[in-house]
Amino acid sequence: MRSRLLVSSMFAAWMVAPGAAVVAAELNVSVELPVLEVAEYHEPYVAIWIENEKGESTNLAVWYQLEERGQKSEKGEEWLKDMRQWWRRIGRETDMPVDGVSGATRAPGKHTVTFTEGKAPLGKLKSGDYVLVVEAAREVGGREVVKVPFAWPAKTAAEQSAKGSKELGEVKLTVKP
Amino acid sequence: MNHFLKTTLCTALILCLPLSAHAHRAWLLPSATVLSSDDAWVSIDAAVSNDIFHADHAPMRTESIVVTAPDGKNIAVQNANTGKFRSTFDVQLPQKGTYKIGMASSGLMAMWETETGERKMWPGRGERANPADFDKMVPKNAKNLKVSQTSRRMETFVTSGSPTDSVLKPSKQGLELVPVTHPNDLFAGEAAQFQFLIDGKPAVGAKVTVIPGGMRYRNGQDAIELETDKKGNISVTWPEAGMYWLSADYRDDKAKKPATSRSGSYAATFEVLPE
Repeated sequence: MRSRLLVSSMFAAWMVAPGAAVVAAELNVSVELPVLEVAEYHEPYVAIWIENEKGESTNLAVWYQLEERGQKSEKGEEWLKDMRQWWRRIGRETDMPVDGVSGATRAPGKHTVTFTEGKAPLGKLKSGDYVLVVEAAREVGGREVVKVPFAWPAKTAAEQSAKGSKELGEVKLTVKP
Repeated sequence: MNHFLKTTLCTALILCLPLSAHAHRAWLLPSATVLSSDDAWVSIDAAVSNDIFHADHAPMRTESIVVTAPDGKNIAVQNANTGKFRSTFDVQLPQKGTYKIGMASSGLMAMWETETGERKMWPGRGERANPADFDKMVPKNAKNLKVSQTSRRMETFVTSGSPTDSVLKPSKQGLELVPVTHPNDLFAGEAAQFQFLIDGKPAVGAKVTVIPGGMRYRNGQDAIELETDKKGNISVTWPEAGMYWLSADYRDDKAKKPATSRSGSYAATFEVLPE
């Protein structure tokens, strides 16, 4: 709901200043899903979101099971609650799937996603301090949350990172002005 | 529901709930309290035992279990089964929101002595009392007559999707818990606030005990003992994640006639999640 509001207010801003050549600011997020030597491995459910100083969240990406036997299925929603922090902040208030946010689970490796200011799901951000939160929950595995604080907007491209200990590897955030 | 049916049901319920004087504790244990599926179900164990959530004594009867859905309607339990130590039943959660699963009862109990000093009790053991029969069953010349108005309630809450408040509204009958903090939004290290009401008014000075599950694997009860304040409130800070059993007892002499005292007992199961 919030992101939809943000998007429409952004479009309004766009229309007021149509001629300006603007390079949109962006958040570039790299999430490393570690290779785990376990007997039974399932790709983790991953949620990526940002929180402002008031604790308000913007849902950016949720990777979870979207299909069953090749068919679109809502069955995978059963385990969304296992990303407990995401579920409390965002998930339980959100009707999944959400276009541009929901995505399939991903294999171990480094995955980069870019969120552009003014476009869904990021929308228009007010200046201030934020935290990027990445949460992973794996079937018959563990759960981990990694947070990367950042200031918006960035004056120059700034790179910050944090590392998980088990379910998440390095989470790298590049904030581009 | 007509009055007769209501009264009969109420008295029938009393028989299903253990008396608070017993050391044994009655509990409901839901398989999950926070659900994200579009076709969500919970399975519930119901039993009476000393060690909370370890079924090793007696099953609880499930006939009087009432499930209230977010829209206020009652939902039937499914696959009910009573075994040696516990009963189990399933509840399907077709609507999004918070459900209440539990049972409640209230009734009168009278104790007196006859002219010759013989002790009498109404209703008798295992009997059902209809409050309308009071004048008929309790003699006018009863000596040392004590009449108590009793209420018992036991419940747990589960939520599919986003938590809602509709089932949390008090019925204003007996001892009740009114959550200030939503019962399916409890996290380790955070404080939860609950208010207790007796017949719709703050229950001041109610004794509340909160016990974490898993007690077979520790030496102490690890009970958190609390007393409600002037507004009937308590605040509990959950030491860790897990299932918790909360029980409360209240007694005063502000009973409705012919009762001379009233008492209420309450028990609930809450799940506390790690942040």
